[in-house]
Amino acid sequence: MRFKDVFSIIGPVMVGPSSSHTAGAVRIGRVARQLLGCMPEQAIITFYGSFAETYSGHGTDLAIIGGLLDFDTDDERIQNAFTEAEQSGLHFELRQSTLMSPHPNFVEITASVGGRDITVSGASIGGGNIKIHSINSFAVSCTGYYPTLVITHDDQVGILASITRAVSSAGLNIGFMNVDRKERNGSAMTVIECDKRPGDEVLETLSLLPHISRVSVIDLN
Amino acid sequence: MRFSTLKDIVEICQVESLTIAELMIAEQAKETGESPEEIVNQMTAYYQVMKEAVSKGLESNTSSRSGLVGGDGRKVNELITSFEPSVGVWAAKAMAYALAVSEVNASMGRIVATPTAGSCGIIPGVFVSAQERFGWEDEKLVHGLFSSGAIGYVIANNSFISGAEGGCQAEVGSAIGMAAGALVELRGGTPEQAVHAVGLALKNTLGLICDPVAGLVEVPCIVRNGLGAVNALAAADMALAGVRSVIPSDEVIGVMLEVGSKMPGEHRETALGGLAQTPTGRKLTEQIKATKSPS
Repeated sequence: MRFKDVFSIIGPVMVGPSSSHTAGAVRIGRVARQLLGCMPEQAIITFYGSFAETYSGHGTDLAIIGGLLDFDTDDERIQNAFTEAEQSGLHFELRQSTLMSPHPNFVEITASVGGRDITVSGASIGGGNIKIHSINSFAVSCTGYYPTLVITHDDQVGILASITRAVSSAGLNIGFMNVDRKERNGSAMTVIECDKRPGDEVLETLSLLPHISRVSVIDLN
Repeated sequence: MRFSTLKDIVEICQVESLTIAELMIAEQAKETGESPEEIVNQMTAYYQVMKEAVSKGLESNTSSRSGLVGGDGRKVNELITSFEPSVGVWAAKAMAYALAVSEVNASMGRIVATPTAGSCGIIPGVFVSAQERFGWEDEKLVHGLFSSGAIGYVIANNSFISGAEGGCQAEVGSAIGMAAGALVELRGGTPEQAVHAVGLALKNTLGLICDPVAGLVEVPCIVRNGLGAVNALAAADMALAGVRSVIPSDEVIGVMLEVGSKMPGEHRETALGGLAQTPTGRKLTEQIKATKSPS
């Protein structure tokens, strides 16, 4: 099911004008912010499809920046997101692409801080709901409905077993999970949607496991 | 969720003597692991946002960022005091409130997407006016939102709710169906009658294109919200009178998927067709582009 529950239909509470162009965009921006783990210094935002055509009138640009500032969909500061960004030291560049995209409302965000960066692409599928398509060129499929673990690791025998063991030992149920790798024995990404937010302890356990390079959490609730 | 179609909903409700709202609350609790009270509290907070949006839309300046629209909800609401509305006072109220909320949305104010922001006026328009009319407590309306949510959940997962995917039938049409079905239940109708209301409503928005001028959620979206609220009342009345959707409502949802999928891109929120490409639509688009400060 694309839509998981009653609040994906009634909700979110948001500032207008468009759940696809504004609320969904805030959420994709927030995903990028949370994966980076802190306030970005730079962001390059590329709009595709309907986003590229109408982002300005819908405030999609304000919404993405608001998300990068970690604002929620109903944060009234979204209207002043550019000023807020300036005050926070976030410089950004907006681009429009005429290339085809997997969905009419699609955006790619590269956010960076101190030489480290993250690139996220995602679609706004309606009613403020989103689908993240890729993270750092790994194909993923997650929605932000659930607290989500994003783990970058080596493609090695047994690594998934050690990840899922750590997650289950922490009492976390795995709702959905997907894995992508760049190449055999290369780098890989595992995305795990959990029923509740992973605590600091499990994050630490995971990050100390061999062959794991980065552990992040997306939590839009 | 234990249901994926409207037929499932009716069957479960009949077998277990539940209202659609009760079924949705129980299923949501199971899905999230939260208690029914927590879930109802969240929806209660959402209903307060809807009521605030109605008040804000009627009382304050709702000029949109483009300057194209604003103040129409207030105009209709004020006219009711001095003029006998052709649709009757209460339908005119529902219409005024729906316009008001939709205008708050266009001005980047706070609303609840029901199911989308482009269609956010219809459910508050129907619900808040019905609450005034019948003197219902908030709690009853909050339950009604769960009925709307269950209906929307089925529509969203079997067809679509966004204009970009399925045209305006998917946004405004879904909202009308959700409001109509919930209103039937709020007024004492059976789950079966509520589901007929959904079909009756949806059938009459099939083919409705999404053609916003300059791509903005303003023209014709706001007016479609106002008229949508009235359609929802009418569909609810028909269903309560015993009118059935001869084509079962689930099949109507399937048709919406078919029609929406076949709609040309020009008519799916791209602003490349329909009202957006009329001479006036194009002129307004140029004006907005010219006057807007670069962002």
